[in-house]
Amino acid sequence: MGSRASSLLREEDIDEIKKETGFSHSQITRLYSRFHSLDKGENGALSREDFQRIPELAINPLGDRIINAFFPEGEDQVNFRGFMRTLAHFRPVEDNEKNKDPNIEPLNSRNNKLLFAFRLYDLDRDDKISREELLQVLRMMVGVNISDEQLGSIADRTIQEADTNGDMCISFSEFIKVLEKVDVEQKMSIRFLH
Amino acid sequence: MEATCWDVMLGILQVWLCVLMGLIVFPAMFGVSLGFTDVYIKVLVKTLEWATRRIQRGQKEQLELPAHLPNGIIQRNDGSMEEEIEDLRRSHPKPLNGGDFTLSDVFYFCKKGVECIMEDEVTQRFTSEELASWNLLTRTNNNFHFISVRLTIIWGLGVFIRYCILLPLRVTLAVIGLSWLVIGTSLVGLLPSSSVKDWISDLIHITCYRICARGLSATIRYHNKENRPKKGGICVANHTSPIDIVILANDGCYAMVGQVHGGMMGVIQRAMARSCPHVWFERSEMKDRHAVARRLRNHVADKTKLPILIFPEGTCINNTSVMMFKKGSFEIGGTIYPVAIKYDPQFGDAFWNSAKYNMVSYLLRMMTSWAIVCNVWYLPPMTRQEGEDAVHFANRVKSAIALQGGLVDLFWDGGLKREKVKQSFKEEQQKMYSSMIVGQD
Repeated sequence: MGSRASSLLREEDIDEIKKETGFSHSQITRLYSRFHSLDKGENGALSREDFQRIPELAINPLGDRIINAFFPEGEDQVNFRGFMRTLAHFRPVEDNEKNKDPNIEPLNSRNNKLLFAFRLYDLDRDDKISREELLQVLRMMVGVNISDEQLGSIADRTIQEADTNGDMCISFSEFIKVLEKVDVEQKMSIRFLH
Repeated sequence: MEATCWDVMLGILQVWLCVLMGLIVFPAMFGVSLGFTDVYIKVLVKTLEWATRRIQRGQKEQLELPAHLPNGIIQRNDGSMEEEIEDLRRSHPKPLNGGDFTLSDVFYFCKKGVECIMEDEVTQRFTSEELASWNLLTRTNNNFHFISVRLTIIWGLGVFIRYCILLPLRVTLAVIGLSWLVIGTSLVGLLPSSSVKDWISDLIHITCYRICARGLSATIRYHNKENRPKKGGICVANHTSPIDIVILANDGCYAMVGQVHGGMMGVIQRAMARSCPHVWFERSEMKDRHAVARRLRNHVADKTKLPILIFPEGTCINNTSVMMFKKGSFEIGGTIYPVAIKYDPQFGDAFWNSAKYNMVSYLLRMMTSWAIVCNVWYLPPMTRQEGEDAVHFANRVKSAIALQGGLVDLFWDGGLKREKVKQSFKEEQQKMYSSMIVGQD
């Protein structure tokens, strides 16, 4: 698996991915062999089924929403570049990255991490979380264990708490505001071993 | 001219077979070792150590080369859902009344989900395990392309030895071993039932497996032999490859349980069944769990019959972990003799990745590896405690095996190799999360 996998990845590709995502060379080659082993169709791209074959993801209540985050709208395949771009949201924020080029926001910024979470709720991608969407996501998380009534009141309360302009929806800026005290940088980051 | 050519070939073949018989087959029959394998393994260990040092030196010189990185990509924290979400909510601004839900709860699921996309506990167990350093087999060469001239020469020499000397030798041995088994057991099958027949049958089996083990240059270390499975018991072991059977049967006789196969395997199975009572099932019978259990129970009840050998994982795992034990074998009753088998991956990957290789190409890979080196631990016999159900007992045995073999103890079902995960696991997660929102009712 490993030998063929890394030879398919050209040095130029690695350099570009490095620049775009901030992953190191060895992280990229390792994640490439992971990508390769998930790619059961062996066509250089992953489908939704390829993700669903990971048992731990299949039992994740939000598994389908997370998988969805890898696929641009209307597409059902993701290549290695796209795969890495999504994973890059979960890179820890390093100190030396903070004062880099201020014009380009890195994928792993606090804002982008929050946006990733926001989009899990925003089912129709209209940049607003409506009560209906919140209810649907809550239902995914709790299954059949909580009554409609109870869930409804949870959704109402959550929106009330977050909504500042009275449109009964949560916009991204309202979302940021509610979560301003949460240590997003740490909670939405995955530590790499190498 | 032609005739002499044939004569020479025949002569060579005769000498070859005589040498094999004298130096390998006969010693194998009586279970003595002439020490060739030991010397070979010692030389091998030295060579691999040298290669490792070379590779490390090479890596220091060329920092550009990615260092070989064993054991995982990311660090996963194993806090429970409860702890992690509690931790998330701590920073939430307002005190909560009524439902305990915060928008940041998704961070937990999100991180968990992305973590397992990068690296998960289950699917990686169904592919070859990673090595700490290159073992000079081309197939495991991940990141080392060219390191030094000397290393390349050693590698080339290795290819020559493995393919031109070891492979023909090993194939011949395997053929001799298997034909010995088929012919021997068929002949013994003609004898009337008696203790003499059992004795000869055992001898033929063990000889065959010893020859086959030499055909793989197997070096097996058995630990705690006093716990060897006894008649009327069930031996359960973790499963890495079909070779497990050869490994275990080198040190004792077992009754095999399994499905009737066609082709070559079928011939061997039928021959074996003639000389001693193995338990082979037809495919249709296998589906009927009660019939299977009944036949096994009858076998175990007869204290004169050989211990049954079962691999309760039901599928091959890559030598790093033990997966769920199917409860069937633990419902039969009788004494369970757990056995842990751990291969040394440095000399060759024993894991059979059946999705990728068929039996023949797998055996070819085995026969062109350096050697099969493994440790076998016999664990103290275990019995079901009063009031303990089969599932719990199965887990207890599994943990004991994992602990002894230095393997990761997983609750996941090895059947996930082919099937999707059960919906009920997801429901469990949802239930757990629900109780964090509304509290236990």
